[in-house]
Amino acid sequence: MYIYDEIDQRIIDERVTQFRDQTRRFLAGELSEDDFRPLRLQNGLYVQRHAPMLRVAIPYGHLRSQQLRKLADIARRYDRGYAHFSTRQNIQFNWPELAKVPDILAELATVQMHAIQTSGNCVRNFTSDHFAGVAQDEVIDPRPYAEIMRQWFTFHPEFAYLPRKFKMALNGATHDRAAVFVHDIGINLIHNEQGEIGAQVIVGGGLGRTPIIGSIIKPFLPWQHLLSYCDAILRVYNRYGRRDNKYKARIKILVKALGPEVFAQMVEDEWQYTKDGPSTLTQAEFDRVAAHFQPPAYQAFASDDADYQQHLQSDPAFARWASRNVHGHKQAGYAAVTLSLKRLGTAPGDVTDAQMEAAADLADDYSFGELRVSHEQNLILADVPQHALYALWQRARALNLATPNIGMLTNMIACPGGDFCALANAKSIPIAEAIAERFEDLDYLFDVGELDLNISGCMNSCGHHHVGHIGILGVDKNGSEWYQISLGGHQGYDKHGTPAAIGKVIGPSFAQDEVAGVIEKIVGVYLDQRQDEERFIDTVKRVGIDPFKERVYAKAH
Amino acid sequence: MPKLIKQGQLVEDHWQLAAADETATGYDGPVLVPLSVWLSQREHWLAYAHPVGLLVDGDAEPDEFAADLPHFSLIAIHFPAFTDGRGYSLARLLRERHHYQGELRATGDILRDQLQYLSRCGFDSFQLREGEDPAKALAGLADFSEHYQSALDQPVPLFRRRA
Repeated sequence: MYIYDEIDQRIIDERVTQFRDQTRRFLAGELSEDDFRPLRLQNGLYVQRHAPMLRVAIPYGHLRSQQLRKLADIARRYDRGYAHFSTRQNIQFNWPELAKVPDILAELATVQMHAIQTSGNCVRNFTSDHFAGVAQDEVIDPRPYAEIMRQWFTFHPEFAYLPRKFKMALNGATHDRAAVFVHDIGINLIHNEQGEIGAQVIVGGGLGRTPIIGSIIKPFLPWQHLLSYCDAILRVYNRYGRRDNKYKARIKILVKALGPEVFAQMVEDEWQYTKDGPSTLTQAEFDRVAAHFQPPAYQAFASDDADYQQHLQSDPAFARWASRNVHGHKQAGYAAVTLSLKRLGTAPGDVTDAQMEAAADLADDYSFGELRVSHEQNLILADVPQHALYALWQRARALNLATPNIGMLTNMIACPGGDFCALANAKSIPIAEAIAERFEDLDYLFDVGELDLNISGCMNSCGHHHVGHIGILGVDKNGSEWYQISLGGHQGYDKHGTPAAIGKVIGPSFAQDEVAGVIEKIVGVYLDQRQDEERFIDTVKRVGIDPFKERVYAKAH
Repeated sequence: MPKLIKQGQLVEDHWQLAAADETATGYDGPVLVPLSVWLSQREHWLAYAHPVGLLVDGDAEPDEFAADLPHFSLIAIHFPAFTDGRGYSLARLLRERHHYQGELRATGDILRDQLQYLSRCGFDSFQLREGEDPAKALAGLADFSEHYQSALDQPVPLFRRRA
């Protein structure tokens, strides 16, 4: 993992000092609420329904155990003993006291963490593949590029006041776990015919009010030009993106209005002036950063550990967990493991201070002291020896971190919703809870199989409902909370070659107490209609949404 | 006269703003001319005996006036709100693409919290929002001692300077 040098550390320390003074001026009345808002947002600080919410950056989802312990410590001392992992691989504290936020930032800086640009109309914290560096389908390890780009956008002086927020994602595997087609800029790292590394650059994707699949504007950009080319994209957006209407201010609207070809040409024209300039990346810098992402000290193990195989045979509960939460690994004898933060009785992505500390211990004991946060709001131990899986599972189960549901319906993605968020139209957590209860039976859940269910409490789409196989969106109808359901969304290329797609709304929305029943009916249609091993998403693709509509909206009498 | 921050110092502002309906003959001393006035009365202002400056909005297209840059000893970019970041890109275009060397001033809704980014994008003078104390704001120019990216103050990005 990347370790700060003296300069990286100095920059985040100076940020703490700067934000401490901004907070002091705000509390002293020298800075108005309107003037403070954009400043605090660029530091991840929202003013929420009950209290401020502080979003801390976890760049491309990578964490050391020591950092997770610090987050646990902050949750305990400055919050109410828990925190929430977001769908962009960050972590959120829901109850900090505004006056103490600078102290929290100072604590974070001691473990090389910060809240820089986790919100605001600037380039936001980067996301990437949570299996980066270990995935069997990885073509190029995205992490050195992600770190180089993190440094590039951090306090970029030209792009701090963009028309709207700007989210980027980076993927280096065949299976797109970073959802690059639904980001403002998505980057797929690929090889050209000569075997050189470059980027397929996708622009103008996004969810929110106007969901759009991004357009490829550069099929192959040699990696050395990543910074200057992204500068050019951002400059075109900064100058020409709409600023008159916040709902039309994202880059996707500009790309759509101009057409991707015209937009691409404008970027190309802009880029000609800076291409090959000082921002051109050097092999020396790549090597310096890449040295931080060398494989850990793996031991030579057999690829199918005999002990592991034996436990799979003898313990069905373990086998069930392994079938969902244990993932293939580049290194023989190792596996990646998902610690599920999705279980009945807890909001998706919520984690207690004790669980964070326990997960940090698991990382130290089984996975070289490192963890990842997935955009599905779970924790990953990326480098676990197969022979340790059984012991790990027993400990994880005791900690309530072993729900065997990864890739399945109850691994729901959900935003914090109207219980916490001031923007939300509707609550997400009770809906997630009702559905989790309905699908509590593991045999039933396993029979249903792979299914992404995503819940957003409003059009801002923090729960990514547009790309859920089943998407649920909270809407406001005459002051009461209703839920719209869509089918057939998909976040990006997977092992079946399914590309990113936006789900289709099936019809009029439902009251809160109807939602879980509707989901059950939808799943029922799938179970009736599926052929062989067909997944839910493939059945929806084959039969369309009509059979689902018919069942869901059939008159009860 | 309102105080300006110019090249890190507090100075008096000697520029007056040209009105749209008056010609160059009505003025004496340095005059800041809005772009629309410049375009419609260019010949008058070219003959003006004292320094001329150009006032533009953040959405101005440099091509409209790039050929005239040698005539200006000041260009002021107006920020209607500090959250409107177009002026940052415009400043870099003027400095880096059109090689404008004269004074580049940020005016309008400018607060201390924007000064360092503005300065990195090529601004060397700042007319703060009314009611802001420029003496207190000066410190904002130095919030950070090091930067990652290539910009006007340091064209060589950090990665080319690391040991």
